Amino acid sequence: MSSPVLRLSGITKRFGPLVANDAISFDLARGEVVALLGENGAGKTTLMNILFGHYVADEGVVEAFGKALPPGDPHAALEAGIGMVHQHFTLADNMTVLENIALGTQKLNAWRLDRTGARERIEKMSFDFGLAVDPMATVGSLSVGERQRVEILKALYRNAKILILDEPTAVLTPVETDALFATLKLLVAQGLSIIFISHKLNEVMAVSDRVLVLRSGKLSGERVTAETNRSELAALMVGQEVEPPPVPPVAPGELQFVLNSVSTARRASGTALDRTTLSLRGGEITGLAGVSGNGQATLAALIAGTEVPTAGEIIIRGTAARDWSPRAALGAGIGRIPEDRHAVGTIGDMSVTENVIAERYRSPRFSRRGFLDWRAARKFAEQVIADYDVKCPSPEARIRLLSGGNMQKLILGRAFDEEPSVILANQPTRGLDVGAVSYVHRKLLEARGRGAAILLISEDLEEIMALSDRIIVMSKGHLSAASARGERTIAQLGELMAGHGVEAA
Amino acid sequence: MRLEPKTAPSLIVTLLYPVAAILVTFAITALLVLAAGASPFSVFFLVWKGAAGSQFALLETLTRATPLIFTGLAVAVAFRAKLWNIGAEAQLYIGAVVTVVLGTGALPLPSFILIPVIMVAAMAAGALLLLGPAILKTRFGVDEVVTTLLLNFIVLLFVSMLLEGVLKDPMGMGWPQSSRVIAEAQLPRIVQGRRLHYGFVIAIVSAVIIWIIMKKTALGYEMRAVGHNPQAASFAGIPVNRVLMKTALLSGGIAALAGFSEVSGLKGNLTLDLSPGYGYTGIVVAMLAMLNPIGVVVSAIFVAGIFVGADAMSRTAGVPSYIADVMVATSLLTMVVALLFTRYRLRWK
Amino acid sequence: MDAFEILLSASFWVAAIRIASPLIFATMGELICERAGVLNLGIEGIMTAGAFAGWFTVYSGGDLWTGVLVAALAGAMFGLLHATLTVPLGLSQHVVGIGITLLATSLTYFTYRLLLPEVTSPPKIEPFQPVAIPGLSDIPVIGQALFNQTPLTYLAFATVALTAWVLYRTPLGLAVRAVGENPSAVEAQGISVTAIRIGAVMVGSALMAIGGAFLTMSAFNSFFFEMINGRGWIAIALVVFGSWRPGKALIGAILFAAFDAYQVRLQQLTGGVVPYQIFLMMPTRLSAKQLRY
Repeated sequence: MSSPVLRLSGITKRFGPLVANDAISFDLARGEVVALLGENGAGKTTLMNILFGHYVADEGVVEAFGKALPPGDPHAALEAGIGMVHQHFTLADNMTVLENIALGTQKLNAWRLDRTGARERIEKMSFDFGLAVDPMATVGSLSVGERQRVEILKALYRNAKILILDEPTAVLTPVETDALFATLKLLVAQGLSIIFISHKLNEVMAVSDRVLVLRSGKLSGERVTAETNRSELAALMVGQEVEPPPVPPVAPGELQFVLNSVSTARRASGTALDRTTLSLRGGEITGLAGVSGNGQATLAALIAGTEVPTAGEIIIRGTAARDWSPRAALGAGIGRIPEDRHAVGTIGDMSVTENVIAERYRSPRFSRRGFLDWRAARKFAEQVIADYDVKCPSPEARIRLLSGGNMQKLILGRAFDEEPSVILANQPTRGLDVGAVSYVHRKLLEARGRGAAILLISEDLEEIMALSDRIIVMSKGHLSAASARGERTIAQLGELMAGHGVEAA
Repeated sequence: MRLEPKTAPSLIVTLLYPVAAILVTFAITALLVLAAGASPFSVFFLVWKGAAGSQFALLETLTRATPLIFTGLAVAVAFRAKLWNIGAEAQLYIGAVVTVVLGTGALPLPSFILIPVIMVAAMAAGALLLLGPAILKTRFGVDEVVTTLLLNFIVLLFVSMLLEGVLKDPMGMGWPQSSRVIAEAQLPRIVQGRRLHYGFVIAIVSAVIIWIIMKKTALGYEMRAVGHNPQAASFAGIPVNRVLMKTALLSGGIAALAGFSEVSGLKGNLTLDLSPGYGYTGIVVAMLAMLNPIGVVVSAIFVAGIFVGADAMSRTAGVPSYIADVMVATSLLTMVVALLFTRYRLRWK
Repeated sequence: MDAFEILLSASFWVAAIRIASPLIFATMGELICERAGVLNLGIEGIMTAGAFAGWFTVYSGGDLWTGVLVAALAGAMFGLLHATLTVPLGLSQHVVGIGITLLATSLTYFTYRLLLPEVTSPPKIEPFQPVAIPGLSDIPVIGQALFNQTPLTYLAFATVALTAWVLYRTPLGLAVRAVGENPSAVEAQGISVTAIRIGAVMVGSALMAIGGAFLTMSAFNSFFFEMINGRGWIAIALVVFGSWRPGKALIGAILFAAFDAYQVRLQQLTGGVVPYQIFLMMPTRLSAKQLRY
């Protein structure tokens, strides 16, 4: 084997007491695709941020082409030929594709931006590597797939020899994913080396030459892709065979929640709903699968009350709701677990107590004539902390200081307190460790056991398939017909996720 | 260089940093005093003497603190909900206009009815004045910084128009000033023969009421939640826009009381120099108090003391009294830095 | 002369362009800051400092262009202070901005009183004189208004052209615009967000200070208290009015100045006061959607 293009030796990074990366070392050879596999929170993104100079490692060295990279300097990483395609795109929406790509590639003290030269190079590159995109289009007007192509072009434009892709398929449909993989093959043929970060086993198997598995910050295994299989990788990833939670049979109950041909306002961002119909029964978990950005966010916002219908009806236990709002949703007995617990689920700078009462501080339980009963509030916080096994210094601690899992437990405690008859669980386990994931699953099944109607929205197909009594696929704002547990295979669901066979209204 | 949150700032650090900020402010001011060719120690001593060295000085300081407590409270309330009310100056003047309109004889009522009526009307006017920018913010997303800032000018022009026109004192020998308010509309003095008036008591009571609202009521809770994270507040069912409206009404109303108190308790009439920027200084007062309503009383007295003391000092020591303004501005900047470092530490790599 | 004839008189347009000049500097300065994602509420104080710095340089024997340079430097220093607090430390732009305005204003007044303790009426300097551009200045009305002004007015117009060129035609301008829209886009391309923002705020603040200096060196010929009189705040509104584009902001500044000049003349005619600042509120509302901070 020739000398590696990239070598990481003993990279360690700590955030306070948390060790995000623990003495990680590996090499990357020319023309090789290495997959970095691991669950959310395993330390993949941290490692790549160190490699790219966004973070500084506490210990360890990064060498590119035999030369050590100065730590904490993204510019040096770029100069050394490392290009990164971030999970969250780093593009300026108000500028054109060309401007985004040319940004930082020409001398900052130049009197004139060379547009013609830049345009010719971009057009040639996009033709060579199958990255079709109009250089003069404004980025704000592009689809997610096109934006990702711009990100890749940005790296190639800078003559990147090493390309890092962070969860590149999370936002893509299966068809776009295939196109991406084809592009990656062309790039490797040109001698580029690729680090492909993912937590999806099938993609890792499809695209990589070698797999590195990360688990809680440590390198837990290294395999040649051709000599391994999915279950071995899964075991390395989670440390144990993935065991689906036992799902006891429950007889479906009454119709609890119905969306009857509901539409929402069209906005610049987000997919609107167009005459969507959905019904949820008690004692049943309905799994909503789909590639993110296909309208799940809008549907979730609608059920949570933060989005209002422009047409159609929301029917709760037979009664059509009027004046839809978060308060109305709470009043109708909907328990809500939001997708983003930091930005939406909690108020980071307020205490645990203040956060747990947020949904019902106006109720007689916590307030009288506009005055809050802090003693009752604190008691409730202590009760949630005890019942849900939350680790936190005190109910007065700012919730920002809690770990993701403990934050999620508090949100569950808040949402499930009054035994809601309808539960909206939007990506409830994203970014949690294995223990917290199974805890959340258990709580959802418990709620199902007592007759709640649950909508589980998740990008994790395996989670959906393990928990759901019926599965619906969302694509481009439309819902597929429901299938019963075990009725459709992963491949069939994938077809639906790509938009094949979902009813067009 | 980057900031790293401190997990649990100790109580000592939380108290020490603001004290350090004040010390740094004194150090910077001392340099300016040296540049003026005077001794910092004697100048600071003279400021202290001028602000609190005698009963007269102390009462003068409290008199000057009164409008600052009102504007400081107005800013503290608004900033808590992240409603950037930079327009306390305008709300103060509107309060003063209402006081003059109702207090110069239009309502022949006994004092114990007239004064509450004027107060309520002044508060309503100030509240409505801030409601406009609040509606523009919630409905159309217009930045309230720009609108409240510009309203300061518009209101001042409006006042100048009134003082040249309908409100002009016929006995004022052509000066742009209003008639004096009648005796029934005047707030009595607290100490005979001194300028301190009952406006100061109203200010203290207001501070206590605001403190209770912020700490004990659902509204205060809502305001803090909206200020910290409007998206999460809205998700939890807190009506963000309505809370912002209520905040605007409260903030604008309190700021207007500053204008009422200055006219009714101190000046007796309305002129264009009723406020030497109390609305802006209120921002400093609120920030120095870390937006705590009781702290506002303390910081308003501190800031007022610097102004009153510096006036006295400049007469004897020959250092321009603008040193007080420099001190107040510097203390604002050092304080925000100090507050940052109680919560974050600086990492150089 | 009736209300309409005013609009046709050369003296009216000459006054309008003169009134617009300091606003143009200040508006461009604020626009550059905001394009880089920093709202600079220090503008009012920075203009005060610039007005004094320029005037005092000339008063103590410096030549006029040295005065402009000193004013720009003073502005840049306050800009540096603002940017240090708001960019790497990430403090509230509103609070810091107001703090900078209070600090710059009070420091200026303190210095003025310190350096000239005895004066009762503000001393005058020999200001910039109008320079007629041969040929062009002979065009009726427009020629007088646009081509017979002081060098600082010409510089104001040049500043607009330069700002527009840099923002839209150079690699640096690309970085400034991207920083305001999505800092991580700039970071990912190996450019320091902090450096771009600090630089933009310093340059913007220097322009604000020159706007202030225009008043003492090209209009009133002396320095006095409260002389900025809200021009900084008006510049902030003009940036919104111009939807963050240099050309549109220039038009806004001239329109506003024309209103101002017109209402002064109308007042002489009718005796009434028109609170013309109201005019600024309407466009603020219309371009609401474009506000980003």
